[in-house]
Amino acid sequence: MKADPHGVLTGTHFIDGDHACCEGALAAGARFAAGYPITPSTEVVERFAARVPMVGGTFIQMEDELAASIALQGGVWGGAKAFTVTSGPGFSLMMEHIGYAAMTETPCVFVDVQRGGPSTGLPTLPAQADMMQARWGSHGDYEIIALCPNSPQECFDLTIKAFNLAEEFRVPVMFMMDEVVGHMTEKVVIPPADQIEVVPRKHTHKSVEDYLPYATNGDMVPEMAHAGEGYKFHVTGLTHDERGYPNMTPQTQDKLVRRLQNKIRIAVDRICLFEEDGLENAEVVVISYGITSRVAQRAIDMAHERGLKVGKLRLITAWPFPDKKIVELAARVKAFVVPELNLGQMVREVERAAAGKAKTFAVSHAGGGVHNPEEILRAIVEASRC
Amino acid sequence: MRLTEIRIAGFGGQGVILSAVVLGKAASIYENGFATMTQNFGPEARGGACSAQLVVSDSPVLYPYVTRPDITVIMSQEAYNRFAQELRPGGTLIIEEDLVRVSDLKGDLKVYAIPATRFAEELGKRMVLNSVMVGFFTAVTKLLSADAVRKSVADSVPANFRELNLKAFDKGYEYGVTAKVGAPPELEEVGYEKE
Repeated sequence: MKADPHGVLTGTHFIDGDHACCEGALAAGARFAAGYPITPSTEVVERFAARVPMVGGTFIQMEDELAASIALQGGVWGGAKAFTVTSGPGFSLMMEHIGYAAMTETPCVFVDVQRGGPSTGLPTLPAQADMMQARWGSHGDYEIIALCPNSPQECFDLTIKAFNLAEEFRVPVMFMMDEVVGHMTEKVVIPPADQIEVVPRKHTHKSVEDYLPYATNGDMVPEMAHAGEGYKFHVTGLTHDERGYPNMTPQTQDKLVRRLQNKIRIAVDRICLFEEDGLENAEVVVISYGITSRVAQRAIDMAHERGLKVGKLRLITAWPFPDKKIVELAARVKAFVVPELNLGQMVREVERAAAGKAKTFAVSHAGGGVHNPEEILRAIVEASRC
Repeated sequence: MRLTEIRIAGFGGQGVILSAVVLGKAASIYENGFATMTQNFGPEARGGACSAQLVVSDSPVLYPYVTRPDITVIMSQEAYNRFAQELRPGGTLIIEEDLVRVSDLKGDLKVYAIPATRFAEELGKRMVLNSVMVGFFTAVTKLLSADAVRKSVADSVPANFRELNLKAFDKGYEYGVTAKVGAPPELEEVGYEKE
């Protein structure tokens, strides 16, 4: 399905990542957002609040992040595409409702413009330290999808992708920006609406009598019906059967929770996006994401000038983690170098997937700025010698 | 347009960020080049230290940060103390001459000075000092065409202030066209000594 032209600001713009994310949401069809503004994400909802009334939608500034993260799910069950936007402290408050969205299979997008933490930390400065929280922050077993843009253009393009994945898999998608990408201003090209592919709500075509809210076919993703349409309607965070009724047996729990995981796992190859360069002859592979990938690129260029065989793997999808790609590379490269603006998060995933077949070098940074490319270069040099 | 690193620094409320947006937009939209603008600011809304970094190039900008600026625009003393020394040898330093006292300047720099705030006040609104500065920048650096930057100014400010901002741009530009490379007399008054 093509994008609704009303929400698409076709043209060439010089805007920051936050604004581009907002335009991506509008192009994807988001017509509802609930938020509690927080630096450095405020510009996303500020723009949305100004723009969305013109395309027939609603923004509500809620009393806090708990309210925002559940109001957006009310919007979704009422029929809208919806999202919320926050940063670290707010993201922490949203964890319970991310679990709720996973359990109730509510298609929605959580934008987290990462800043330095823990707690209030560095409101105006970058970090990438919410990556594990995005994956594991809520209790229980579940899968989410997380995307990491590295430019304002990608903030636009990948926000659309985030909404599309949310709708296709009925899963909360974490849009993991960082302060630099959010506040970085670059050229953003927004194509005409008829060139933007959007995934519509997976609405049931069944009759009211035949519809079971959580029955699935081959793809493990149930069809949805909205409140007030006459279908049986029951949304609960309790373990539920295909009818949506609470059912406390281990069998129902096993069937439901495994399906919540497997609906994502069977599609990993399709969901995992990455950008790669020079991997064919690489001895060392630099794995990075978000703003750090652009700093890493300078380090890679410097390493090439020294004649080192270095390749690049940029994670566009952070979750699910691209295990297969790492396993394949670990079998033929000496080492991975993983710079990130945290004290070691995604590097542990690389290490786990590499399973000792290739060494892993973390280049950690506590946030508040970006790496000096020289630090990454030093790790590349060290990795080349191992 | 070869890769050029630019820093614009002052305090919040002077239009530091908007100046960088105007120049970046001129480079990337009106001149078909590439530009990346990043910014540093504190938690305060106004009055705090504020700086914008702009990298322009004729190919995509990968590394978004300024390490050794080719051009630095300084609009406050605090910004001068913090950023003047990082300029590349042979680089260009542009200062708000009423707000910045130049001292301890090392290296072979091209220095230009303009009383941008005073000019803006003469035009009726101190707020447009950044457009005066952008006009001056355009004339003295010749990095971007005046036409592209002028269009970018018109496109970046609220409609009811468009005319005033364009006047401010023209004022700064004209002042810049006649400004001399090196040490104009105003600089000696504020203590500039060429090494």
